[in-house]
Amino acid sequence: MTTLFTILFDGVAYGMLLFVLACGLAVTLGLMNFVNLAHGAFAMAGGYICAVLVNNSGWPFFAALPLAFVASAAIGMVLERTLYRHLYARSHLDQVLFSIGLVFMSVAAIDYIMGSSRVFIKLPAALEGQFDFFGVGIGRYRLMIIVICGLLTVALQLILARTRFGSRLRAAVDDPRAAIGLGINVPQVFAFTFAFGCGLAGLGGALSAEILGLDPYFPLKFMIYFLIVVTVGGSSSITGPFLASLLLGIGDVAGKYYVPKMGPFVIYTIMIVILIWRPNGLFGRTAAR
Amino acid sequence: MFVRRQVLLAAGAVAAAAAAVPACAQEEAVKIGLIVPMTGGQASTGRQIDNAIKLYMQQKGDTVAGKKIEIILRDDAAVPDNTKRLAQELIVNEKVNIIAGFGVTPAALAAAPLATQAKVPEIVMAAGTSIITERSPYVVRTSFTLPQSSTIIGDWAAKNGIKKVATLTSDYAPGNDALASFKEHFVAGGGEIVEEVKVPLANPDFAPFLQRMKDSKPDAMFVFVPAGQGGNFMKQYAERGLDKSGIRVIGPGDVMDDDLLNNMGDAALGAVTAHLYSAAHPSQINKEFVAAYKKAFNNRPGFMAVGGYDGIHLIYEALKKTGGDATGDKLIAAMKGMKWESPRGPISIDPETRDIVQNIYIRKVEKVDGELYNVEFATFEAVKDPGKTKK
Repeated sequence: MTTLFTILFDGVAYGMLLFVLACGLAVTLGLMNFVNLAHGAFAMAGGYICAVLVNNSGWPFFAALPLAFVASAAIGMVLERTLYRHLYARSHLDQVLFSIGLVFMSVAAIDYIMGSSRVFIKLPAALEGQFDFFGVGIGRYRLMIIVICGLLTVALQLILARTRFGSRLRAAVDDPRAAIGLGINVPQVFAFTFAFGCGLAGLGGALSAEILGLDPYFPLKFMIYFLIVVTVGGSSSITGPFLASLLLGIGDVAGKYYVPKMGPFVIYTIMIVILIWRPNGLFGRTAAR
Repeated sequence: MFVRRQVLLAAGAVAAAAAAVPACAQEEAVKIGLIVPMTGGQASTGRQIDNAIKLYMQQKGDTVAGKKIEIILRDDAAVPDNTKRLAQELIVNEKVNIIAGFGVTPAALAAAPLATQAKVPEIVMAAGTSIITERSPYVVRTSFTLPQSSTIIGDWAAKNGIKKVATLTSDYAPGNDALASFKEHFVAGGGEIVEEVKVPLANPDFAPFLQRMKDSKPDAMFVFVPAGQGGNFMKQYAERGLDKSGIRVIGPGDVMDDDLLNNMGDAALGAVTAHLYSAAHPSQINKEFVAAYKKAFNNRPGFMAVGGYDGIHLIYEALKKTGGDATGDKLIAAMKGMKWESPRGPISIDPETRDIVQNIYIRKVEKVDGELYNVEFATFEAVKDPGKTKK
């Protein structure tokens, strides 16, 4: 019984991590209708920035995390203004080709600068190991992930639903022309949202180095996972991707534990079943836009 | 930034070597096509082999038996399709006399038919699946085979109070090789396998598999993951508290590659593995080798580096024996049965199988001068590849 809870706990942590990594993509793909396959590259940037700060410059881990967010967001902002902006109106194929090209460039660049072997971030001792909670093994690091990601999710939902910026964003997405007519600066809203999504990916990348491993191939290896989260979750809100991430995280961990031989197939099976049942994802809009 | 410095150093070394040899080599050169992964997940293998060969040629000069040795380096990123194409280009266009390297088993297998057809020796310096040398009469191996180390650790575990073992191996040919030979010897020695998990090769998270290991409460867990994943594995092993629940790590030495060992942290302490080489091997030759390697590349050599170092040595010695004749059949004949003292210890090439015969050492991870090393404490002498002696 206690094992069940440990598995559940690990699954939730994994799912939360997937959510933080992928929710930026849910925003660009779902809200802005832009296919950004290079999303993982921003996550990798955040991871490497955190690794360099902690390992080489001796920053404390918790100070490096926000900086990973800020730096990735800044990179995202710059790229949005210089490159992405020109592709909003282009076809999806153009967007795919552009962003996949960006992925390969980022892989080669990191490989050249940092080398191709895996990078680890030196963690404070307080985050290492596991403790027992009524017989359930709780990993400290995974607990921290759940706490951080949980808070983030709540904050995101509040921003989208309650703040003026949130309503502007929703308006800009629902009907850009009307939004512009009402005096909303739509390109600015999109730029800011894009940067925020990149920042979240960067934070996710920094957090995931310990669990998923960080190497130059990160954006390619995890692209599929991000896309699964977004397709399964649907793209109308962030609740969908959130639930999808949890479902996939728990499904993946439990599947690998209980049926190790079938382990790698479990999340794909979940995906196929859900997409047959609801082709637009769990919380998708009925009409494709 | 470390890498950039290394590249500069290496580039400097090459430039120096080029400058040292005037263009008087009008004698035809012996060309060696070196195909290793220099990019991608297996890049550390390629870099080590390349480094070791550069070091050897710096130490021994680049001329042997009147022939100038020329290395043509190609990167296959460990993708067998690339390996095959590159091998073909090297043999047909560059007219190389020898192909060498091969970071992973599928790469070595992809090149084997070409070696047979062109009668070009294929020196395998890294890949470790047993069958490779059987695929062509022109394959000679200077690395190791996984059954070599896995059977030994199986015997050792059964004799040293380990009764129940859970296994965790990567699901591809070398992993299955390691598992099969370990199992056979451990069970024959009276041990019991309580849990058997194969993890996918591209595996992001070990957590669920490790939890399964923990719940099956073994005395030790047998682990084989490819060289690059060892660090990630040990981190999660410690995170899950397996080190504290008394489950020891045993296995072939790939997990505890010297290349990565020192970054694994104290969780690796006490892990017992069987392998062909440790940077802490206490021989004079090895001390000199490690010192020279560290000086040149600012890093510790791992077993892949030794595979490359011995591989180029084998080529040099074979050329000496044939008096500079680089035809494939003569080189292979010269290589068969060759014996020498390597940094890893005494080794030889089995004249029947063209595979390496070497000592396998049982080692334990300990702290030496503040760094983690595999310290050898038992030796099994002149081990042939058990994958072949069976037949």
